[in-house]
Amino acid sequence: MNGIIEGKTNAVKQHNNREEKMQILQAKAGRWERILVILRKSKARFIPEILVEKLLMLSAVVSIMALLLISVFIFSRGVPLIASVGLGDFLFSLEWKPIQGKFGIGAMFVGSLLLTSASLAWAVPLGLLTAIFMAEIAPPPVGRIMTRMVSLLAGIPSVVYGFFGLVIIVPLIRNYLGGTGMSVLAGAIILGIMILPTIINISRDAIQAVPLVYKESSLALGASHYQTIGRLILPAASSGIITAVVLAMGRAIGETMAVVMVTGNAPIIPDSLLAPLRTMTSNIVLEMGYAAGDHQAALFATGAILFIFILLLNLLLNFIRRAGKRYAGN
Amino acid sequence: MPGTRIGEKALTCLLYLSALIIIGILLAVVGYIVYKGLAMINLDFIMQAPRRAGKEGGISSTIVGTLYLTVLSLAIAAPLGVGTAIHLEEYAQKESYFAYLVTLTAETLAAIPSIIYGLFGFVFFVIYLKLGWSIWSGSLTLAIMVWPTITRTAQEAILSVPREYRENSLALGASKWQTIRKIVIPAAIPGIVTGMILALGRAIGETAAVLLTAGTSLGMPLSPADPARSMSVHLYMLAMEGLSMERAFGTAFLIIILLLFINYLANRSMSFLSHNGG
Amino acid sequence: MEKAIKMKSRELNLFYGNFQALYNINMDIEENRVTALIGPSGCGKSSFLRSLNRLNELIEGSRISGEVFLDDSAIYEKGINVVELRKKVGMVFQKPAVFPMSIYENVAYGPRIHGIKKRSELDEIVCRSLQSANLWDEVKDRLVAPANQMSGGQQQRLVIARVLAVQPEVILMDEPASALDPISTARLEELIAILKTRYTIVIVTHNMQQAARVSDYTGFFLHGCLLEFNRTEELFLNPRHNKTEDYITGRFG
Ligand SMILES: Nc1ncnc2c1ncn2[C@@H]1O[C@H](COP(=O)(O)OP(=O)(O)OP(=O)(O)O)[C@@H](O)[C@H]1O
Ligand SMILES: [Mg+2]
Repeated sequence: MNGIIEGKTNAVKQHNNREEKMQILQAKAGRWERILVILRKSKARFIPEILVEKLLMLSAVVSIMALLLISVFIFSRGVPLIASVGLGDFLFSLEWKPIQGKFGIGAMFVGSLLLTSASLAWAVPLGLLTAIFMAEIAPPPVGRIMTRMVSLLAGIPSVVYGFFGLVIIVPLIRNYLGGTGMSVLAGAIILGIMILPTIINISRDAIQAVPLVYKESSLALGASHYQTIGRLILPAASSGIITAVVLAMGRAIGETMAVVMVTGNAPIIPDSLLAPLRTMTSNIVLEMGYAAGDHQAALFATGAILFIFILLLNLLLNFIRRAGKRYAGN
Repeated sequence: MPGTRIGEKALTCLLYLSALIIIGILLAVVGYIVYKGLAMINLDFIMQAPRRAGKEGGISSTIVGTLYLTVLSLAIAAPLGVGTAIHLEEYAQKESYFAYLVTLTAETLAAIPSIIYGLFGFVFFVIYLKLGWSIWSGSLTLAIMVWPTITRTAQEAILSVPREYRENSLALGASKWQTIRKIVIPAAIPGIVTGMILALGRAIGETAAVLLTAGTSLGMPLSPADPARSMSVHLYMLAMEGLSMERAFGTAFLIIILLLFINYLANRSMSFLSHNGG
Repeated sequence: MEKAIKMKSRELNLFYGNFQALYNINMDIEENRVTALIGPSGCGKSSFLRSLNRLNELIEGSRISGEVFLDDSAIYEKGINVVELRKKVGMVFQKPAVFPMSIYENVAYGPRIHGIKKRSELDEIVCRSLQSANLWDEVKDRLVAPANQMSGGQQQRLVIARVLAVQPEVILMDEPASALDPISTARLEELIAILKTRYTIVIVTHNMQQAARVSDYTGFFLHGCLLEFNRTEELFLNPRHNKTEDYITGRFG
């Protein structure tokens, strides 16, 4: 203990030396006093602080208002028509004859669901396999390049995909499988390509988020890499993978331009993969240009149904996320 | 055991195959459009106004229209989006009802399909606010669309700024806003800019919403009150009405090149700006 | 010998949500003296330190009761300018967090905030602060270099220079030496001895020798209570409490 106190006295001696130096320095100081005065006098300005805070809050409020406005305007235009036609008739009647005042979007409703399922049917397995490849198999540089490529794929706008479908996929189908080529199949191919990045990115993230220790301890127990993937990693990532599929579903059902360009748009329920179909989104974009009165209201009503669909999917997503969290917490 | 060996080999092949398919798809789409579109690109195509509904001439007015729409929408959405992100991350109480509401709003806005934005923009901006088919209507609609992208990326960027920076700055007697302005935002700028670039890409490619709000006029837009046709809408019209496939390829080519460039910028901005941070 | 009391806490209680981190802390902090806070991990040293410049308010769910005074004005009073307070009560953290800017800009950050704009005046502050922090000679030729390229010890001294540049009256240090090598630590202690002639210093440390070397007063915390507070020599040579003795002799903690 004495040594400690001694060390302390030394430090004090040293500091006396230094203080002398410091005093010399200070004697030289001319404007130093003035600087000190400025430093000491400066007062925080409270009013702009509060103003800024309110402004920032306002930008958040604007976004909520935007969502409210969207809901109000879409529903107020669409709901009265649904009410007068009757929800059942509007959703399930196959008669879409706007000029005669018959508004049944049954064919389009089925068309949207059909096309979405068809595209998910091939894009989900392919996307999931690719995600596994990127997260587990690919050497890191390859994984990075693939990530870049997938983000490129995600960045290509839907109208370009539609155009590609129109000039490549449709003629291929026409020449090799028959029909006009404008078909469910063409739509499912293009739509599937468009939702691939969503599926790949989100399930890859989910797979990569599985802690490395799980994997290591499974391997240490003598499980093969694939057994580990199948029994441990995929189940642990399942809520993320389901999220990916639901998000992809939302994208597919809301997609417009690509679909309208390759599916032929006949408002009938297709009887084969080579037959044309019309989705709810196509219905809106095709007729909005000239629709008026009830016809226009019916298009808004179509949008309202689509909107509700998306809201439900979002609700489902929140539910999955919460369930996933609970699972991870245990 | 040999059975599982073969099974695993087959699985490995399958995984490689699926990766190859993805690469193949990308190369097919980009390659084909670049291959067919390149032949169409020359100065006239870019500089000349479209004639006879786009059958002849260039696409100059649609390039200007696209530029107008994207720049204006970003100018509207960027302050709102970054402002919301700052509010959420720095001011709002994390558990508060309001913060939850804003987050939920952002999620919902991000999930709404563009055709619904188009419908809304049409009835609200074009009809209700009497802005007509115009760059204003289009940009405002696009701004709401890209707002969640900007907010989310900015939020992530702000969140990744170490808490210690804030504490140190506050402990020096800086006010909250001074801390945000001088420490947090500069440190988060790479992420914020990346978000804006991503938003830009989305705005350039958007078709359905622009079609219903900015119109399809081929005239050269001079003021934001003028209607305009964007390049993507032009591509749609050319292809759907079979007006001129060469010009459609040329337009698609330009869109793709623009987006490749933007993708490159987004990747660069992250590393470039973070190297020169502050 | 008696000196003025710079800061004092009275019946200070601190809560994080339902968890009480500090119980009825009464402490007088003398002007131009070094006060050390010691105690086992989690006993509330940092919490106490951070309640002296109201930095605890940044933690959501934290609440406080009791009072803290700076020069006889209660700092938790309504209408107190927190920014002003934090300017007077500077803080050095455990891990030096240099801002992602140049060395010069780091030191100039505070003065700029407080309204000094002239380059020449900033130059002078930066130079003096770096000198006071014993760093000037090492960095004077590379003031524009990014600050995060410096060594850990240099970064810690830079952070101190940054605090000095706003001319605080009290400097709080939360385990400032825990990430430093022995030589840097020695230099830091030297610096503290110099600084106390002009500032009031409160330092949290896990190192008994360090507390004994640098401080005039020492407070021993245990489970959120201030168990013992006395002149450093007294506390180390004649601890009144068994627990204190056990702790400083290394029998627990
Ligand atoms: N943000 C927080 N939320 C909830 N509890 C906290 C928080 N920060 C600290 N605590 C709790 O308060 C108590 C005191 O923490 P404090 O950080 O003040 O201890 P300390 O004495 O500084 O410890 P150390 O020596 O490890 O730094 C601890 O039990 C800790 O768990
Ligand atoms: Mg601590």
